[in-house]
Amino acid sequence: MPDDTFSAMRQSIIDGAPDTASDLAQQAVAAGIAPLEAINNGYVPGMHAVGEQFAQGKMYLPDMMASAEAMRAAMAVLDPELKKLGTERPMAGVVVLGTTQGDIHEIGKILVGTLLSAHGFRVHDLGVDVAGVEFAVKARELSADIVGVSALLTTTMRNQKCVVEALEQAGLRSQVKVMVGGAPVTRRWAEEIGADGYAKDAMSAVALARSLMELKAQTSAVQPV
Amino acid sequence: MRPKLELLDKRLIERILGEAFQLIEDPGVRVAPYVVELLRSAGVTVTEGVARIPEALARRLLELAPRGFCVYDRNGKPAVRYGGDDVNFDPGSSCLNILDPETQQARPAVAADLVRLVQVAEMLPQFAAQSTAMVCNDVPPEIGDWYRLLLVLWHSEKPVVTGAFSASSLHTLLELLALESGGREALRNQPRAVLDVCPSPPLNWSEFASQNLVDLARAGVPAEIVSMPLAGATAPVTLAGSVVQHAAECISGITIHQLAQPGSPIVWGGAPAIFDMRTGKTPMGAIETAMLDVACAQVGKYLGLPTHAYMVAGDGRVIDAQVEMESGMSAVLGALAGINMISGAGMLDFLACHSIEKLVIDAEAIASAQRLIEGIEPRTDSLAVAMFAQTGLHGDFLKLKETRTLFRKEQHFPSAVIDRGLGGNTGSTPDILRRARERVEELLAQYRRPEILSDREQAMLQFAEREGGRAGLEGLPGIVSPASATR
Ligand code: B12
Repeated sequence: MPDDTFSAMRQSIIDGAPDTASDLAQQAVAAGIAPLEAINNGYVPGMHAVGEQFAQGKMYLPDMMASAEAMRAAMAVLDPELKKLGTERPMAGVVVLGTTQGDIHEIGKILVGTLLSAHGFRVHDLGVDVAGVEFAVKARELSADIVGVSALLTTTMRNQKCVVEALEQAGLRSQVKVMVGGAPVTRRWAEEIGADGYAKDAMSAVALARSLMELKAQTSAVQPV
Repeated sequence: MRPKLELLDKRLIERILGEAFQLIEDPGVRVAPYVVELLRSAGVTVTEGVARIPEALARRLLELAPRGFCVYDRNGKPAVRYGGDDVNFDPGSSCLNILDPETQQARPAVAADLVRLVQVAEMLPQFAAQSTAMVCNDVPPEIGDWYRLLLVLWHSEKPVVTGAFSASSLHTLLELLALESGGREALRNQPRAVLDVCPSPPLNWSEFASQNLVDLARAGVPAEIVSMPLAGATAPVTLAGSVVQHAAECISGITIHQLAQPGSPIVWGGAPAIFDMRTGKTPMGAIETAMLDVACAQVGKYLGLPTHAYMVAGDGRVIDAQVEMESGMSAVLGALAGINMISGAGMLDFLACHSIEKLVIDAEAIASAQRLIEGIEPRTDSLAVAMFAQTGLHGDFLKLKETRTLFRKEQHFPSAVIDRGLGGNTGSTPDILRRARERVEELLAQYRRPEILSDREQAMLQFAEREGGRAGLEGLPGIVSPASATR
């Protein structure tokens, strides 16, 4: 019986059906299925399948957006249940995202943010034309794991470096990983400015964020192994 | 008959405009503080940064915008006419990378690349104007936008399509243009450049764009709206819906611009594109992108305004059949649509990369498109009968006087970039890239730098040293000292 429920949950994500995803979550709660079980065996595998199918060119961006929406709908039901149990959804990581100062390009950054949230990251999007200090302030406030900086102009790309510097000045650099992206950005540039990673598109940004989280877990002393 | 491509019937254009006027009033248009007072004084309500522009006001201001204007070359000759069905081409603008002429790998562009491109475009009559085609990575980024303009002005006498990267740098660009023209008044009377201004889709005149619009209007230097709906991402997914958004962005922009200075020249332009739902890329070579360009321009023409579009750019990453198929098709469509300025030649990889070799290949596509819109003319009183009267059924038309006097009018002769077997079976190389490279070298060898009046040249140099020095620029990359360049 739960197996059927889990596969229906998975399917609701693949179908991008928020109403179904939410109904199934409510039914699960009513039936006494542990919220974490539903998340880990139903919804998250759905999102993984979506990611895979997107990478294979079988699903398209609007489908992916709908899946992310369905995921949100399910979590809106399950998150409060988790809270009641005194637990929280295992979160992939906290990301502060923004487009660098002087730059108003946002489409790529929004895509990156959407995919990160769909894959379990808690994303705070600062918007466009964001100064280095603003990244640092928000990163401190949210105890962010990762700061993601987008830049689409050669003139504003160097402001990605300002973000790295602002984090250093705020004394946060050792706790926060920095990833950068955008059309003019290259892996070499990322290395040059002392960022921790570069990704060429939204799917690889998810993979990058995951690997940065692993790296963080390995290097962090406070994190229990 | 001049052949013409139209994608919209009158009823659909009216519907598009009807909805565009509706949109600028509700939900309205996001505007920056810089223009709020200007709009309010005309009776527009602006609340929380959103202006609600009444149709009647917008229509009145659209009437004030000039139907056409000229952009001048350095010698004061009106070299580009915006308006009517005139068709002009210029290379694409502000790319990040260039395909290295040797390796054909993309790498960041430097001043020397831009100079080469300008020199090649200077020699090609297909390009009525130059563009500030690349941002040079060997100069500090904060002076990137005016430095590329300096290089173009230095090496070319054609009109220039350019644009500022920020609100403040616009004034540096205008100062430089004024130095080259011999003063602000001269620049206003015979503008050498057109400056692109991009609203942010949807319906947002950002701080930088608002300011550029107003300041250009007041300087009397032509502004070119480059509205960029990305169908399905920042604009409705339907082509018709995106054309509505483009119209609403242009109409609201013209409203602001004409309020600032009635009668100042402005262009109904854009770089719309579809949004590829598999990759999130914005393919410039997609047929739907070209359809958007043609349709958006048609709406502008319906209003009697000068037009612009971004075409002749392909999306592949190297010079190959895909890139040239895309570029060639869109050159033809743009010309048939009678768009006044068609920017984009030379570009590939979603506007991220330029190639000088591609520029000379595109020039051939453009020449063909230009031939196409000349159309088919009768040229002789009798179309064929009189010629047959001379040859009978022998068919030796090659000997006829008509053949000799008319073939140059009828046939366009492409350069050796196009393989028509000119070198016989052995002479011409079957590799288009090689032919393109040879063509580039040939044009570079013919290039001579047009002269600039020496006092203006001095003023430009002083300007460059002062502004460049401030940003820590060492030397002036891409500028040979005048002493060694002449004589
Ligand atoms: C759409 C667009 C605009 C729109 C932006 C709308 C919006 N709301 O975002 C508008 C019209 C506003 C605009 C304005 C301008 N633009 Co523009 N624009 C583009 C265009 C055509 C597409 C960008 C885009 O959205 N692509 C689609 C998205 C999905 O791709 P993406 O942004 O690359 O993002 C992906 C990856 O890069 C990566 N990624 C992105 N961010 C991040 C962040 C992280 C952390 C990670 C890991 C990954 C990552 O993942 C994303 C998803 O796959 C590009 C051309 C290009 N090829 O990039 C020019 C381009 C970037 N623009 C350019 C220019 C010049 C301008 C203007 C200065 C023009 C002007 N004179 O007015 C202004 C700039 C204003 C400013 N100060 O910012 C130039 C840049 C030139 C240069 N050398 O710097 C380009 C290259 C085009 C060109 N050749 O002229 N532009």
